[in-house]
Amino acid sequence: MIATLVRRLWLVPVVLACWELLARAQASPYLPAPTRIASWMYERWFSGPYVLTEEAVDNFVPSLVRVVGSWSVAVVAGVALGVAIGRVAWLSDYVDPLVEFGRAVPPPAMLPVFLVLFTMGTQVQVATIVFGVVWPILLNSIDGARTVDPLQLETATVFGVPARLRLFRIILPSASPKIFAGLRLSVSLALILMVISELKGSTDGIGYLLSTASNNADMPGLWAGVVVLGVLGFALNSLFLMAERRVLTWHRGARRTA
Amino acid sequence: MTSTATLAGRGRTSPSRARLAKYLRHATGVAVFLLAWELAGRTGLISWLPSASTSLARVAQLAADPAFLADLASTLTAAAVGLPLAVLVAVPVGLLLGTVPVVEEMTRAIVEFLRPIPSVALIPLALFFFQPEINAKVALIVYAASWPILINTLYGVRDVDPVATETLRSFGFGSGAVIWRVSLPSAAPFIFTGVRLAASITLILAISVEYVVGGAGGIGAFLIQASTGIGADAMVDVIATLVWAGLVGLAVNTLLLRAERRLFRWRHA
Repeated sequence: MIATLVRRLWLVPVVLACWELLARAQASPYLPAPTRIASWMYERWFSGPYVLTEEAVDNFVPSLVRVVGSWSVAVVAGVALGVAIGRVAWLSDYVDPLVEFGRAVPPPAMLPVFLVLFTMGTQVQVATIVFGVVWPILLNSIDGARTVDPLQLETATVFGVPARLRLFRIILPSASPKIFAGLRLSVSLALILMVISELKGSTDGIGYLLSTASNNADMPGLWAGVVVLGVLGFALNSLFLMAERRVLTWHRGARRTA
Repeated sequence: MTSTATLAGRGRTSPSRARLAKYLRHATGVAVFLLAWELAGRTGLISWLPSASTSLARVAQLAADPAFLADLASTLTAAAVGLPLAVLVAVPVGLLLGTVPVVEEMTRAIVEFLRPIPSVALIPLALFFFQPEINAKVALIVYAASWPILINTLYGVRDVDPVATETLRSFGFGSGAVIWRVSLPSAAPFIFTGVRLAASITLILAISVEYVVGGAGGIGAFLIQASTGIGADAMVDVIATLVWAGLVGLAVNTLLLRAERRLFRWRHA
């Protein structure tokens, strides 16, 4: 147990130590030592009365709320619309080109539309994230709902299973592997869009901290922002993977026996 | 993601008629969308939205606008330089990690720490390290585009049929030859899928860097400048550029999908 942990992690402290030594030897302002970044983070963000300082709370919380909230909105909208479109065969032919085009637009390109509309603030972030991440979810939901086994659905209809139950017991479960593939892409995309929309159109948030640090040429601050965003990305990804594993256990089990 | 499955039920119509009907439905969908857009813009139902005809006329105008074309070329150049560089970096690393498990286990923690960092968070740092801006743009594109290629190469190499590699080895081929003759070709479809994913990332990064830098060219800079204009004209410019960005994305994606199907037809057959 400990041996495998050591075998897997030994390179991390080595890299950090090399970085530390290199930074101290060079004394370049662009490459602050890891200890310097850590102490900067502690002073500015983690030395508050309840661990977090005021600056940390005022910027981390809005970012977190925006990314999680907007992602949830996009998931609900994308899955609902996608399943509806996918279940109505003639409808998907009509909307296919539009959805394909929507997905092809590089997501950050939407940002200026919302900068014109809202100038600044949370609406910019929410709209950018929702419109940026909804496409892979929508596309995969359509695909998933379209490829539900017709035999299962017909059997359910014959036995008089009501539509609501058919949706929750047959259509959604059998579409879920594809839906989750879309969701997995959308998690990291949401974070990217949060950062870029906060860099350009915000007065708070982690992206805003990055842009002020950049304006002040505050190198430890920039590195600290990257570290916090990395931790946030890691946390969101891990949470998502945990949820996915729970929801899709049956799927992997079914595939193994097949 | 072609929707041939939906047509399977219509057994009696001939395939070409069915395909024609499908294209007609595609065209109808687009037409209805454009009509709704036109109406929403004309009647002021959505007050900020310029009508479809105004926006699409601007799209056409932009095609003859030298400033816009220069910006478009600048973005595409950065992407076209960055993507092959990312392949050159990520494929060898992926092959190494995929064929030598010790190295993979050693570096896994570092990969798992680096990968979740949203690449756009590195933009301000990269702008300090790499000057002029075009270098920062390419460097970030290479970094961000490398991940999907690296991961797909890794999976592709793991997926190689061990009988094939063992056979070659028992005939006395060295490990270099085994990689070159078996691992790389059989991982190629995976790698190409990674490249296709990476291509959309190159555009995301290029446009994001151009936003942050502002005046240094690229459609991102063009978009940001358009968005600081005043009134309805700003929105027309922004939407027209957005349509162009979508067309570029669509072209890149379609080209790569076609190439993928053509190159790896043997795999699907």
